[in-house]
Amino acid sequence: MDILSKIKEVNLGGCGGACFPVADKWQTVKNTFAVKKYVVCNSSEGEPDVKKDGYIWGLWPEKVVEGMRVALEFLSERGNAVEGYIFINHEYNNLYGKKIKAIIADKNLPIKIFIKPPSSGYIAGEETTILNIIEGKEAEPRLRPPFPTTSGLWGYPTIVNNVETFYHIAKIEAGTYEDVRFYTISGDCDEPGVYKLGTGKTIALVLRKTGNWPVRPFFVQVGGGASGEVLAMNQLNTPVTGTMSLTVYRADNWQPEELLRHWIGFFMTESCGQCTPCREGTYRLFEIVNSKKIDWKLVKDILDNLSESSFCGLGLAAPIAIRSYIKNVICSSEYDVKFADKNEVQKIFN
Amino acid sequence: MKNIKIKINNKFYSAEDGESILSVAKRNKIEIPHLCVHPDFPVKGNCRVCVVEVKGAKRLVPSCATKVADGMEIFTDSARVKKSRNMNLELIFAEHIEKCPTCIWRFECPLLDAVKKYGLKLNRFRDRKGVRKTLKFQNAVEIDGAQCIDCGNCVDACALQQDINYLKFSGKGANQEIVSRQKEGFKCILCGQCALHCPVSAAQEQSEVEKVEKYLKISHTPAFGHPSQEGNRSGSKKSGKILVAQFAPSVRVTIGENFNMPYGKDTTGKMTAALRKLGFDYVFDVNFGADFTTIIEARELLERLKSQKSTLPMFTSCCPGWVNYVELYRPDLIPNLTTSRSPHMHLAGIVKTYWAKKMKVKPEDIVLVSIMPCTAKKYEAKRKEMKIGKNFAIDNVLTTRELSFLFKKNKIDLEKIKPEKTDNPLGDFSGGAALFGGSGGVMESALRTASHFACIGSKSKSCLGKIDYNETRGLAGIKEAVVDIAGKKLSIAVVNGIGNIKPVLANLEKYHYIEVMACPGGCIGGGGQPIPTTDEIRQKRINALYEIDFAKKGFRRSYENKNVLEAVEWLEKKKLNHKVVHTKYKKRDK
Repeated sequence: MDILSKIKEVNLGGCGGACFPVADKWQTVKNTFAVKKYVVCNSSEGEPDVKKDGYIWGLWPEKVVEGMRVALEFLSERGNAVEGYIFINHEYNNLYGKKIKAIIADKNLPIKIFIKPPSSGYIAGEETTILNIIEGKEAEPRLRPPFPTTSGLWGYPTIVNNVETFYHIAKIEAGTYEDVRFYTISGDCDEPGVYKLGTGKTIALVLRKTGNWPVRPFFVQVGGGASGEVLAMNQLNTPVTGTMSLTVYRADNWQPEELLRHWIGFFMTESCGQCTPCREGTYRLFEIVNSKKIDWKLVKDILDNLSESSFCGLGLAAPIAIRSYIKNVICSSEYDVKFADKNEVQKIFN
Repeated sequence: MKNIKIKINNKFYSAEDGESILSVAKRNKIEIPHLCVHPDFPVKGNCRVCVVEVKGAKRLVPSCATKVADGMEIFTDSARVKKSRNMNLELIFAEHIEKCPTCIWRFECPLLDAVKKYGLKLNRFRDRKGVRKTLKFQNAVEIDGAQCIDCGNCVDACALQQDINYLKFSGKGANQEIVSRQKEGFKCILCGQCALHCPVSAAQEQSEVEKVEKYLKISHTPAFGHPSQEGNRSGSKKSGKILVAQFAPSVRVTIGENFNMPYGKDTTGKMTAALRKLGFDYVFDVNFGADFTTIIEARELLERLKSQKSTLPMFTSCCPGWVNYVELYRPDLIPNLTTSRSPHMHLAGIVKTYWAKKMKVKPEDIVLVSIMPCTAKKYEAKRKEMKIGKNFAIDNVLTTRELSFLFKKNKIDLEKIKPEKTDNPLGDFSGGAALFGGSGGVMESALRTASHFACIGSKSKSCLGKIDYNETRGLAGIKEAVVDIAGKKLSIAVVNGIGNIKPVLANLEKYHYIEVMACPGGCIGGGGQPIPTTDEIRQKRINALYEIDFAKKGFRRSYENKNVLEAVEWLEKKKLNHKVVHTKYKKRDK
């Protein structure tokens, strides 16, 4: 059985957060005619509270490189060249760069390590932004279509997958694939860390199994400390999704204004500045939540506009935490949130 | 291309596969406001003002960046669209500090237009860019950071179109701003394409409107009025100055666009009348100067071709953006530039010497305002070499946009005004002169005259020579040809837009004569021209120039302009050649 069928058999979805079927992505790149094709390993890991890429690099760097080798081999046909890039953040390069380089040299693979410029920030985890950065262009996302699968690095068809995805590919190729994912748990909990557990586990189960179920009331942000959705205690019987991270917030530790400022501040700082809804919207949100009297109607209008018209996933993600936090925590009878604007917020966001 | 059917606002339209929603809407006169998209550049889709609703799509989509698909149902004005579009417009408005009272773009501003049309709420956000810097490029162009809406069109114009790469974004998110790359060794040639592509006039010419207005107020006395008005114009009075306006070959076919006239409408007469109404005492046509330039340049070309020692190829120098390029980036090529001044410098010099003498007025009592399609002309006019004695030949340069602002501000409707004739003897021109306004025109005019000059003295019975040099026409980036000049083969190139210069500079030994215009399309696409300027519009403007030329029937060669020949002779006799006719260039760092 060829690698594509094997990937299809285990139904592997990309582990960067979007869960796009890996086999479909690879097939498109394979089917697109070009003299050169690229494989890019996304090891940007810029989402707060997600640490799995670093964890995997620390334990199984040879597996990730092997996964890339499989991809390069899959794409190399007579007449077209293939090349790989590992787009890695500064911290991981310091820790594992030498080791990775040695593995690449040992296997004699056409793979280069590209260190993520520190100034590029959060947006440099978005795949088309990575392509722009490697090409020496502005660190900002590209319009799609075309997608990287047909027009990626320097216009050539490109596979962009996450570190964990390549790890699984190596295991699939070797016939040792395990139906597991890497869960990052952090925040107000006792045993933070990265855990290797079966796929499809519910939030409640993961927290309990890892000894992280808090004693006091709490809520959880699922799938990233910035862009993840906030869920209440009574909503945790759903599977962990996205980047498979859980950030635990003890309810009495966090005041609404403080949390909103935290999230909005993050997105404002990380906005690349390209599109109006995100550049201006996050700036104005920050201005509003730091003002004496918060105009909640305006907050909602700006969030709606981000969801409706932002350029890329960053702008689209910005409202998720805020909206879900308001809906599932502030407005929930599960918690007794002390908050002067509570009634107004409930009315506007309902 | 396959034809497909789509629905916009519940009506069927046919479209071509691969077209954007915005382009189909535009063609069918369905209004979708937009700011950052420009046909000269790849679609960026960053302003998000052109968002529309597509049935079945989860989010709104930018109509500029979304291709139509068969059966697509689009809504351009639904409640969702209105909400998002208005929010984005309000957000953009709040990063653009309004300087409307002095802004020369206020009659054409798309933001002000949107406020009225969509009833934007302007009190929801405070202006946020109060402390931004204004970048000034010599006395020609400026980019006001406090008015910038971050669309990036100026960067695209400078980098993608002009390949000058002087501008870039710096910083991130709400802190990002347009900065110059001077420290990295890049230099600005003042072409003004950034201004021509700025949707909100954050990049614009350094306006001289205020200065000109001052003159207009002190000068507009009956004593200097036009013969059609009362009084006489016998000369200088202590109380005021004689106000002279002159306008470039290209401006006549572009300014009408700002007054609801069709593209390419020749407004020579109307503009003359309107300038007089503004208060100018005399109105001259730079086409006269273009005939003069043609003769000087054609002579120099033939001299260079004759001598073994001279530098070839010879470059045209009418375009000050191109002259800036040579001085800043390729000073080694200065000897290749013709020493001939440009048409508006020629005419201005003639006004302040030859005409002043004729009129028995002192040059210092003449104020000369030159109406140009160009921002770099502001710099050219203030070069030291352009002084005649203590005075500059040209006192102020206004762009086409500045002049249309002045007309509108003074409630002069160019469309309605009755045409008048320009003043003589400096108003008459040949068809060749009219061509100066478009890419290839200087070359074509010079070839018409050079082939005649080369023929005189030979045994040929007729020295009229060829008129239409089609090889020099069109909007291609580089136009090359081998032409016949009195039996000799002359290898020429026309570079249409400075972005196309590099391959030609790499093969200079191939050519005898090269015309370069920094702006695509030549002056009709200049940095001071009406907005928008696109290839479709450039073509219409340039066609109008060819029509003017063609209509000149028996008078299409510059050497046939008797008044020009008289001026040439007079200047030679008075030994004013180095002050009025020729100029010098020098290596510069900025």
